[in-house]
Amino acid sequence: MNDTDKKIFLNIKKIIVYVVSISLSILSILPFWIMLMNATRSTTAIQQSISLLPSTFLRSNWEALTGKGFNAIRGFMNSSIIAFGATFLSIYFSTLTAYGLTTYEFKGKKIIFGFIIGIIMIPTQLNLIGFYQFMLKLGLTNSYIPLIIPAIASPSTVFFMRQYLVANMPFEIIESGRIDGAGEFRIFNTMTLPIMKPAIATMSIFSIVGSWNNFLTPLTLLTNEKKYTLPLMIQMLKGDIYKTEYGGIYLGISLTILPLLLIYFSLSKYIIRGVAMGGVKG
Amino acid sequence: MKKKATFNYSRYGYYFVAPFIIIFVIFQLYPIVYTLNLSITDLTGWATEYKYVGLQNFIRLFQSKLFIQSLKNTVIIWGVNFIPQLGIALLLAAWFTDIRMKVKGQGIFKVLFYLPGIITAASIAVLFSSLFRFPDGVINNILVSAGILETPFEFFRSKTATRLLVSFIQFWMFYGSTMIMLIAAILGINPALYEAAMIDGASNKKIFFSITLPLIKPIMLYILVTSLIGGMQMFDIPFLITNRSGSGSPDNAITTVAIFIYNQAFTGGRNFNIASAASVILLGIIIIGSRILFRIFKEE
Repeated sequence: MNDTDKKIFLNIKKIIVYVVSISLSILSILPFWIMLMNATRSTTAIQQSISLLPSTFLRSNWEALTGKGFNAIRGFMNSSIIAFGATFLSIYFSTLTAYGLTTYEFKGKKIIFGFIIGIIMIPTQLNLIGFYQFMLKLGLTNSYIPLIIPAIASPSTVFFMRQYLVANMPFEIIESGRIDGAGEFRIFNTMTLPIMKPAIATMSIFSIVGSWNNFLTPLTLLTNEKKYTLPLMIQMLKGDIYKTEYGGIYLGISLTILPLLLIYFSLSKYIIRGVAMGGVKG
Repeated sequence: MKKKATFNYSRYGYYFVAPFIIIFVIFQLYPIVYTLNLSITDLTGWATEYKYVGLQNFIRLFQSKLFIQSLKNTVIIWGVNFIPQLGIALLLAAWFTDIRMKVKGQGIFKVLFYLPGIITAASIAVLFSSLFRFPDGVINNILVSAGILETPFEFFRSKTATRLLVSFIQFWMFYGSTMIMLIAAILGINPALYEAAMIDGASNKKIFFSITLPLIKPIMLYILVTSLIGGMQMFDIPFLITNRSGSGSPDNAITTVAIFIYNQAFTGGRNFNIASAASVILLGIIIIGSRILFRIFKEE
């Protein structure tokens, strides 16, 4: 191949790369776009054809949706309470655990760390039945406690925080804090936490999204419809009462997805960086 | 100095780790042991008393056609999603890190490719269930009006179509994160290696197969193992995508092991014993599968 041939070849390849990438991008957006548009269209219009433009039936779809029991605002509040509660506990205690594991020398430290890595491999299903039976005995089904408190022990978050601490924590400042007379917990709260901010931001996003998207655990525990999270409410849209309300169904799905789309597009930089750091998978 | 020598900080290590350990033991370890225990009992329904029955539940499971079917479904749906997922992600990662090509707009492409992965799987399942609805869903409208189909196609009546759709959704949700992790791994390779290869006149293909691929093996192993663990637990999409939730219709074509476990424990006769035994088998499969993967990657 001579130089001009090479150039032509490279350009053809480039065209293929862009065509594939743009097609995949469209494939990512299109289902959500159609969903959002259909949320504003009438059921008859949706049945007849597709449209990539909005229409004017948002209000009547909203009435059809909420009139039959889909309480989006309550679902949103329930999901938020669980997601923010679980995230706060997960982040604070994972940082605390990771700090304990990196700062102090104590017996059994290596075993505990090895154990935490091992837990990551265990499938949720193994815990599911025993967890449900245990909560049933404690009378905690239909309570948010089993959906929030266990977040204190989040092995993958501990792992991430530890990696970050080892790479970024200036351990000399602990010594200077001690000389100034600060207690160990005070040093953690006032000196370590601020240093961990970037890691905390990244893991908070993943924790909120993970908790928000959780379907199986609340499905087994929550039977009271008033307590339903958004992913549980989405089941209602498949029921017979919404059978002929296509616009309402699309609006309902849109409402469960919109908060995530907003979070994603405003924080995508941090999210992509977090994924690239590995260890985090949807 | 003297004070420091006499002051023992190691106890703080225990204090800091204690909340994790306590909560882990109560909410994870105990339930896991409880599940293991239930797998050799006869606990069903709303009963609280049970007696031990040995390995009877496991024998029943291996004789159950539905359980064997659910194992096969899980492996098929995972495999059909994972092989193209890794292939496309590798191809895209190779393109995006190609120094000669310098693909523009990578930031936007990454954001868009990863987008489906962050959305609630339950919502995505119901969204696709609506899009592929028969006879007047969006996809049928497109196919018929474009002349590709003469009459609407009932996707959720076809075993193959339903399985393919579930695999496709899994692919669509996760190839983005796989690609991003691969790109990060490739960018972590020492650039001097590439420079040396380019000076030697190696082709792009040769560089990819003899430098890039061998050096990203650890991250590929990580991706494979996490995908296997996730794939074996697949639940939300196949549970919600067809009209009757959790039925795994048509004809149990998308009943995964996780759906089988859920249905055993939380519907009908609430067979907690059978569900627990199936969970133990699932753990066994994950352990064996991961070990095989580790071995394959070590030997090569």
